[in-house]
Amino acid sequence: MFIKRTLLSTAVSFGLVAGMTSAAMAEEITIATVNNADMIVMQELAPQWEQATGNTINWVVLEENVLRQRTTQDIATNGGSFDIMFIGAYEAPIWGANGWLTPLDDFADDPDYDLEDIFQLVRNGLSADGKLYAVPLYSETSFTFYRTDLFEAAGIEAPTGQPTYTEFAEMAAKLHDPDNSVYGTCQRGKAGWGENMAFVGTLANAFGARWFDMEWNPQLDSPEWNAAITYYVDLMTNYGPPGASGNGHNENRALFKDGKCATWVDATSAANDVRNPETSSVADVTDFFQAPKQETDKGTGWFWSWALAIPASSQKADTAKDFLKWATSKEYFEMVGETKGWVAVPSGTRASVHEDPRLLKAAPFAETIKNAIFSVDPADPTRDPVPYTGVQFVAIPEFQGIGNYVGQQVAAALAGQQSVEQALANSQQFAVREMTKAGYIK
Amino acid sequence: MSTKASRSAARMMISPAVLLLLGWMLIPLCMTVYFSFLRYNLLQPGTTPFAGWENYYWFVTDPSFKAAITNTLAMVGGILCVTTIGGIGFALLLDKPMFATGLIRIMVIAPFFVMPTVSALVWKNMFMNPVNGIFGNLATSLGFQPIDFFGQYPLASIIFIVSWMWLPFATLILLTALQSLDQEQLEAAEMDGAGWGSRFWFIMLPHLARAITVVILIQTIFLLSIFAEILVTTNGGPGTATTNLTYLIYVSSLLQFDVGMGSAGGVIAIILANIVAIFLMRMIGKNLDA
Amino acid sequence: MARAISTKAKVTNTAIAGTLGFLMFIPILWILILAFKTEEDAIRAPLEILFGSGWTTDSFGTVQARSDYFKHFSNSVIISVGSTFLGLLIAIPAAWSMAFVPSKHTKNVLMWMLSTKMLPPVGVLVPIYLVFRDFNLLDTRLGLTIVLMLINLPIIIWMLYTYFKEIPGEILEAARMDGASLRDEVIYVLTPMAIPGMASTVLLNIILAWNEAFWTINLTAANAAPLTAFIASYSSPEGLFYAKLSAASIMAIAPILIMGWFSLKQLVRGLTFGAVK
Repeated sequence: MFIKRTLLSTAVSFGLVAGMTSAAMAEEITIATVNNADMIVMQELAPQWEQATGNTINWVVLEENVLRQRTTQDIATNGGSFDIMFIGAYEAPIWGANGWLTPLDDFADDPDYDLEDIFQLVRNGLSADGKLYAVPLYSETSFTFYRTDLFEAAGIEAPTGQPTYTEFAEMAAKLHDPDNSVYGTCQRGKAGWGENMAFVGTLANAFGARWFDMEWNPQLDSPEWNAAITYYVDLMTNYGPPGASGNGHNENRALFKDGKCATWVDATSAANDVRNPETSSVADVTDFFQAPKQETDKGTGWFWSWALAIPASSQKADTAKDFLKWATSKEYFEMVGETKGWVAVPSGTRASVHEDPRLLKAAPFAETIKNAIFSVDPADPTRDPVPYTGVQFVAIPEFQGIGNYVGQQVAAALAGQQSVEQALANSQQFAVREMTKAGYIK
Repeated sequence: MSTKASRSAARMMISPAVLLLLGWMLIPLCMTVYFSFLRYNLLQPGTTPFAGWENYYWFVTDPSFKAAITNTLAMVGGILCVTTIGGIGFALLLDKPMFATGLIRIMVIAPFFVMPTVSALVWKNMFMNPVNGIFGNLATSLGFQPIDFFGQYPLASIIFIVSWMWLPFATLILLTALQSLDQEQLEAAEMDGAGWGSRFWFIMLPHLARAITVVILIQTIFLLSIFAEILVTTNGGPGTATTNLTYLIYVSSLLQFDVGMGSAGGVIAIILANIVAIFLMRMIGKNLDA
Repeated sequence: MARAISTKAKVTNTAIAGTLGFLMFIPILWILILAFKTEEDAIRAPLEILFGSGWTTDSFGTVQARSDYFKHFSNSVIISVGSTFLGLLIAIPAAWSMAFVPSKHTKNVLMWMLSTKMLPPVGVLVPIYLVFRDFNLLDTRLGLTIVLMLINLPIIIWMLYTYFKEIPGEILEAARMDGASLRDEVIYVLTPMAIPGMASTVLLNIILAWNEAFWTINLTAANAAPLTAFIASYSSPEGLFYAKLSAASIMAIAPILIMGWFSLKQLVRGLTFGAVK
């Protein structure tokens, strides 16, 4: 890029280039991370790696949206501010294909690391063109959290199989008790493709909707989307907590742990936190069933993974790889189990961890989580055929923008600022614009 | 006193500042203008072909564009109203003799020292959250439905939060101006039988005119680019209810990483800001050098 | 001639102003209280929090364990003070020439300078980011100091200009008659006279730089991140977090709040922007 070269030479001539840090034995690496519970645990345990290797870590802890913006900006401009980034199942294949990430295939050569032990499904989700670009700390699908005590008090039998959303709404109606600050259901309402659209995406799948047809024409004005969003707005308006349009995953998790929600369809990865008596007031009275279906059971649970990756711009890839191995090793999960309790062990990545009797004893629901994750198929997410992969997202770069916009429109409908029809009409118009701009629609 | 020598010296002394600001303005401006004519998306590496006016077309026809313009004006206007009127009130009040003047002034001024991020977080969580916030708690204990501020009154909530921070600033400046008012003039007017209303209208307000202009000018500069408060509380929503121009540019250039379109938006924002600047210059020019 | 003010009137004024002032102050007071509560107590009803719960300093420990406060604090100090004084260095000569050797363009130049502040930062972030990357200024205190100096420079120049204008030109002329050079004139005559004005300029700009939250977050990673980045990790909850958020907020705003309080008189006197004749 010519601008870069000119500026660089100018910089040199002005003598402004700060001395590059010489590669010494002990290195300092910078990790961009998100403020989720499991990452905070990693931060607490990391000094052990630092002591063992003599390296030091700078943690940059950011909120999810800010993290995504900062890391994308840095990696796309080749900024080199970070040596390790936490990225998701959406970014890994796209960034990997762009050549922005360091391939991690050599992890397979390390018998101690045992790459094969990590679920194939998860590894596939973090690969592009057959190359692995990130290693998972945890992966998740969605299922329903429910309060056994409240179900009992209301005389409802918890479903054993997969209920329909119609049945789910009936349960929420019986459980809703706002006078005692217990709400029938809490669902994500905060706008964002990774926030409300994660739940709404699976809900839409259940109602038989899809983002695009086989010619990449947006389908947001279809009757299926209308049915799904109408259901969502009705459900949340009647049986949800006040201010639902501002609640994301973390807000709902806090509400649920505080005993304010009777049901909650969200990430399996929150289960260990909600069932942990040290962090939750409803640990003993929470159980799980599958996320509901409606017209179809395809794509009713999402697939997501938080994983560690090394930007191609990092100067310290070897040290970074060493940390990645440590932070996703069998020993790491064992360490979390021993220091934080086995219930707190991140789930959904390693077969050996999921078979560990200590985990199964402390977290009997781990098996449910594993089965739920195995039932997801990002390659076949909808009732009608689609040209994309991804359950709650569409694995193309344009999706972020479209997903955020639709998320905003849905949130506005939820807040009562506009009708469902209006929200979907706006969304469709926007999606058509974006897809035209990007050249999918000629 | 301006001799030829001092003129050239003056030019030399002002030049570092002018050059720096020119650079600060021109380098990013030129790059922004350049980018705005490219099809340049950070998420799609590779070539960045010339795109003509395409980016401008897409930005202006963005369904959120109109809302962004109205929201920007509504925010700036709303906050200016609240802070100027409130500031005059506070300044008049604080100018009166009272006990514990220092303590009271400190309490009034303190919000100005608070980081925008912190103030947005605190208002959002501890006060306006309908379940755990103080306002929600008060409403529930009085038997009312708690209000979902950011869902029902998003724009007003943002105006409220930002005003809380800028009201002290307006108060500070207006109070300083009020203190320089000639007390004897006021007393003379009172002796002549002028009521409080007419003293305020004919003596105090004209005296404050310049200070009010200054408050409006400085605040407009800062308020045109309100960002942190929106990012932390509503993310521009629900819908586009709190999307201002700055936030819309943020969405296109840093959430969709469409640098081309974001740059086009930046150029449009700069043009609009300059229109406002010219408008302000006229206004302030009349008032400042009178 | 001031008349005697009745005590009753004073009491009434105090009551009204005190109540309003207290209302303005409540948010700050409230986080100060919550910072010393446990997470479980911090979400209870306000009255219970005030009268029915104990006190603890645990939250501060948790916050400190998450990210080193003192590193962020010293970055904030260096960046805000550094940018202010660097700005002063450039602004003094500029303001001098505008105040004492005005030309017909002076006002326009001043307004143009102010208008550079209207550039929407989000619109130029990517260009600046690329420039910073190429100059190796990303995540450096030097880089941030320069950026904050540039965005606050117009305000500094304007404030100084208004103070300088209040200084009667005759004094400078007298100094020049006595043989003072231009340099002496600025350093020994002008600057001391403008000290009160400069003090409030410095104060205001330190506050503005301390609280700047866009550039400071976007141009830093770990090394140069100031307190705005420290607080950014608390912008979405993980579980119960009011106490932690309060503690972190108090830690982030306390230094500037204390500085502001001690210098309030100075600030009140100096913040005129030429609005007072």
